[in-house]
This record gives sequence, C-alpha cells and structure tokens, in this order.
Amino acid sequence: MNPIIIGTGVAVGLAAVVLTMLGNPANMGFCIACFLRDIAGACKFHQAPVVQYVRPEIVGLVLGSTIMSLANKEFKARAGSSPAVRFVLGACVMIGALVFLGCPLRMVIRMGGGDLNAFVGLAGFATGILIGIYFLKKGFSLKRNYNVTMTEGFTLPGAMVLLFALVTIAPALFAFSKAGPGSKHAPAMIALVVALVIGALAQKSRICMVGGMRDAVMFKDFNLLSGFVAIFFTVLVGNMVLGNFKGFSTYMQPIAHASQMWNYLGMVVVGWGSVLLGGCPLRQLILAGEGNGDSAVTVFGMIAGAAIAHNFKLAGGAASLQNGVYKIGGIGMNGQIAVGIIFVILLAVSLMNLPKDE
Amino acid sequence: MVDARGLSCPLPVVMVQKEVNKNNPNELDVQVDAMVCVENVTRFAHSQGYEVTVEEQDGEYTMHLKK
Repeated sequence: MNPIIIGTGVAVGLAAVVLTMLGNPANMGFCIACFLRDIAGACKFHQAPVVQYVRPEIVGLVLGSTIMSLANKEFKARAGSSPAVRFVLGACVMIGALVFLGCPLRMVIRMGGGDLNAFVGLAGFATGILIGIYFLKKGFSLKRNYNVTMTEGFTLPGAMVLLFALVTIAPALFAFSKAGPGSKHAPAMIALVVALVIGALAQKSRICMVGGMRDAVMFKDFNLLSGFVAIFFTVLVGNMVLGNFKGFSTYMQPIAHASQMWNYLGMVVVGWGSVLLGGCPLRQLILAGEGNGDSAVTVFGMIAGAAIAHNFKLAGGAASLQNGVYKIGGIGMNGQIAVGIIFVILLAVSLMNLPKDE
Repeated sequence: MVDARGLSCPLPVVMVQKEVNKNNPNELDVQVDAMVCVENVTRFAHSQGYEVTVEEQDGEYTMHLKK
C-alpha cells in the first residue's frame, strides 16, 4: 500500500470533517460538483439563490496542484485531446452529480456521514464505471494531447487567481446566498489554505475517485482505491468523534434525496462520464492545475453544466418535512428527460470514439 | 514498442495490458510523456512479473520492461 495515497485520503477526509465543523454544509465539506455549482451561481451563470458562493476550496485545490507540479517539475502545458467533447462530458457529469446531489467525493463523504442514499449512488457509480471500462477495453480513446504554449497550461490557475482577487477586492460583483447551502461556509482563508494543502497532496498522490474502482477492476491495482477507502473511514470516524454520526439511514439526510432510482442513475452518469474523461471531477481540477488544458475545458464544461442544471431545473431537490409530512425529494420531469438525453450523449461519445477497425 | 505519448489515464496501461495479453513478450519498450503514466505502467508491469527501467529525455520517458 502506498502511504502517500492513504495519507491523502486521510487528509481529504479530515479536511471535509473540519471544514464542515467550521461552517461548510453538512456531509459536504469538500464537494467539487457542489462548489463549482456555487461558483457558477456566484458569477450569476444561474439564478438559484441558495447556491451562490465563491468557494475558496476550488481555488485552493487548483493552485495547490499548480504549486506542487511546478515544484516537482511535472507542470506541463498539454491540450488537444477532443476538447469540445470533453466540455460536453464535463457538463454531463456535472448534471448527473447534481441529480444525485454530489460528486464522487461528496458521495464518499455522505457515506461516511451515514447517508444510505449515497450507497445507492455508489452502486450507480460502480455501474457507470463498468460501462466505461467496457468501452475502454473496446479501445475507446479521446485521442492524444500535445505540447502547447504555457498560456494554455495556466488558463485555469490564472482564472482561479483572477476569481479570488476579484472576490476579495470587489465582492459586490458576485451573488452570495443569504440562506441554504450557499450561505454555509468555513472562513475563506482557512478554506483556501486547507484546499491548497489538499490540492498539493492530490497532485502528488494522483488520488481519483473513479480511478480507484477502474484500476481495481481493470488491472487488479488497488493503489487509488485505497485513497477512496481512507476518505470513507476518516469521515466516518471523524463524524463519530464529533458526535455527528447518527447511524446509517436514508431518512432526512443533509442535502440529499431518497429518490433511489435517480440517486442510482445520476451516479451512473457520473461514473461513465468520468471514465471517458479519464478522471473524476476532483482529478480534473488537479490535472488542470498542472497544466492540462483539456481538463481546464472539462472544468469549464462542469461550470456550464451547473448553470444548465439550475437554469433548466434539472438538479435534485433535497428531502424535506413539509407541515410534518416527509417528502423524499428527487428530480422533476426536466431532470428525468435530461438524464435520458445524457445517456444518449454518453453512448454516442463512447461508440464514436472506438477504433475504426473494431 | 508501445507508443502511448499524449494519452491520458488509463490508456497507456490498457495498451501495455493488451500487448502483454496478446504476445506475452519477454521484453517491451513503452513510450509515455507523463510521470503519472510511468508510475501506472510500472505498477502494472511489476504485477505481471516485469522489471522496469526508465530513461527520460526532454520530458518523454522510454520504459524498458523485461522479464
């Protein structure tokens, strides 16, 4: 077992627990999909008033990766591997994640918080990964990337610096939630510093939520999966120590719904799309931080996907108690149709990027 | 020779796995251009009983796999 990947998993789990304790939304701590969605909201790309905040965690993760990759000479400006397709896949993965209400990282964090709905999401995630693996074994590829200019490599790190500078100097430019998940946040500088450390560790360790299961199934390589498991147990123990753990249940879990079919299908989308992209949303941030322009495009696609999800009412609604009546939450008709369309897109991308001779 | 330059995870390992399953070579050269690919291919090669040596030139890596 690789101590760097396990150490990174423990650090990610601890960061999630600590940031939640300091104000981040419950069972979230460190959700890439949710936090990109909040940034999309803060930039007024969507108008959902409860999910608007410039999350310093995203800035820190990208820049932590940039600093580490510059230090260990792994920063490389590369791009050109089907960028438009990656943009679309990024949007699809984001919509799938918002149907479930969390990226793969938040899925693990929710599991460690006792949310059984997230275990249904895990089943969907695994199914999506297996579908992706089927196409990888058939020869699926988004083709090669190439050396490009440094401007390409610094696009997302530069955008993050600009975003953080603007929100610090001129916060009135942005929208900030007054209620809901977007209004809950840890102190910005602490969140930034924690994320810088996690970003650096993630760059060094290559931690990836989708890579863990993919490599275990394809190559019997359990290196990345050990990081995934480490996050789960760290969050579980952390919640127990802090008295947040109330046992495993599907009932009234924080910012989660119990519409299991859509928990499952949302994460099938995320698993499948992430395998095609070569990494989970966290990994895309880290790769973009180390100069990968294709991953930067994917992150922009995820931000667009978040805006689409809220502008067209595709995202899941959390379970709630309304006048004492339990509502399981879930997604509306628009979201259901969107998931259907996304499956068609994923299938088309998977089939059209197979080798011609197979 | 497997040329996996410019390909992202996990395609370099998939290509090496394909070659190993098909021809079971005693020696195989693999070209990649990212350290993460070197690490991934090395782990897979070790699991298949290969020893691995790596040469780096201008950010590109030539990996020699030998049983």
